[in-house]
Amino acid sequence: MAEFNPIKLWRGILSLPNESRTKTIAIAFIVSIVCALLVTGATVVLRPIQAQNRALEQQTRLEALLAEIPGLSAILTTSDEMKLSTVVVDLRRAKAAQDVTPETLASALTDSANWTQLSPQEDIANLGSRADFKQIYLLRSPEDQVELVILPISGTGYGGPIEAMIAVESDMNTVAGLAVMSHNETPGLGARIDEPAWRQQFAGKRIEDDTGTPQLAVARGAATTEFEVDAITGATRTNTAMTQMLAFWLGPNGYGPLLDAIRRGEF
Amino acid sequence: MRLWGTLTDPILRQNPVTLQILGICSALAVTTTLAAALTMSAALTAVIVVAAGIISLIRRHLPSSIRLIVQIIIVASLVIVVDQFLQAFFFEMSQRLSVFVSLIATNCVVLGRTESFSLHNPPVPAMTDALGNGLGYSLVLVIIGSVRELFGQGTLLGNEVFHTTEQGGWFEPLSLMLLAPSAFFLLGGLVWAIRSWRVEQVEVSEHALAPAEETRG
Repeated sequence: MAEFNPIKLWRGILSLPNESRTKTIAIAFIVSIVCALLVTGATVVLRPIQAQNRALEQQTRLEALLAEIPGLSAILTTSDEMKLSTVVVDLRRAKAAQDVTPETLASALTDSANWTQLSPQEDIANLGSRADFKQIYLLRSPEDQVELVILPISGTGYGGPIEAMIAVESDMNTVAGLAVMSHNETPGLGARIDEPAWRQQFAGKRIEDDTGTPQLAVARGAATTEFEVDAITGATRTNTAMTQMLAFWLGPNGYGPLLDAIRRGEF
Repeated sequence: MRLWGTLTDPILRQNPVTLQILGICSALAVTTTLAAALTMSAALTAVIVVAAGIISLIRRHLPSSIRLIVQIIIVASLVIVVDQFLQAFFFEMSQRLSVFVSLIATNCVVLGRTESFSLHNPPVPAMTDALGNGLGYSLVLVIIGSVRELFGQGTLLGNEVFHTTEQGGWFEPLSLMLLAPSAFFLLGGLVWAIRSWRVEQVEVSEHALAPAEETRG
């Protein structure tokens, strides 16, 4: 049996005529391996820095959302008692979570017991499963009344996941603002969900009708009711995705019970 | 001396954008501001130089049946690396350039140079030629980017040059400059200006128009 010699093998490959089948396959293989290593290396090495950038951007967007809500930035800067607090809520019980804090949230969500599988009828926002713990932001008045809640929502758009934050006023039925945290929608079409002019339409819209069913949606065309905002032309799938994610997260499987609890003053 | 020629030729005499009309898509898309144009130019120049070096190194062992796909793989991998690098260190800029950094992989300037030059030349001239082409592309992007930002927003690299009416000045920004068509007009004007100055770049027309009488039928 011939001894295996990598250097000899390498020279053997290189000395083959360029058009031989063995060399063609060998070269294709080597180039693929080297390129795969290059791409993987760059992604793995740079990922922590990119994650940091994204976290920073989310913070900036949250601050921008707060700044867009009329009168709020004035309250936040003048009053010391009114501060934005971070709360982890348990969506199964519509209460603040007992033993999960913002610090331990990420590790709690690695446990699949803390996720609820959604049946196809429930899963209107195409999420598959829903985290039972969510980090929300609460703004309390000096009298300990909830003045504003900011809820993270997510859904599946045309180009990938859409993540957003919706701010709800103290009546738990009026939208104060909406911010898109991340999306992969088509530039110039669906990506316009990120434009302030479109997002700011949400401010002042009503969430639920008198029967308590969430109706907030993106209209088909121009908005006609107090629950609707104008659609984005040429981005049907993105509009639908926004409507579905609002319907899911404001509905019974999302924050619906939590909003009811806050409205009853249980928070 | 020949290297100097290889480097400077593509900047004006053989410019990839104005003479060969390659890489137009990105020249239109990323030139709304000078900063975006500069980032794109730097990214493309880095990709084209490294790709030319690698392809020139392996040129003697590249089976011709798979040479195009090997070149594309090398270029595409380099583009991903550059894109990841931008996302890590120039996050805001990479958000603004969005897909156009990834689209360097399909930029004809890159594949054109590796296919027509790097495959037949040793690494040093190949990389010099690639650098020249990268700079030629950059020159056009920087010119168009400067004009569009200056007349579209009254700024250069974000610094105010013209005092706009919005801030109580005299300059009314031309919003056309921020839209894609303005880049067509500017690029067309640039090509026309260069070809009137350097007449040898004018292409011979391939088809003569038939006289009007004969076509009436």
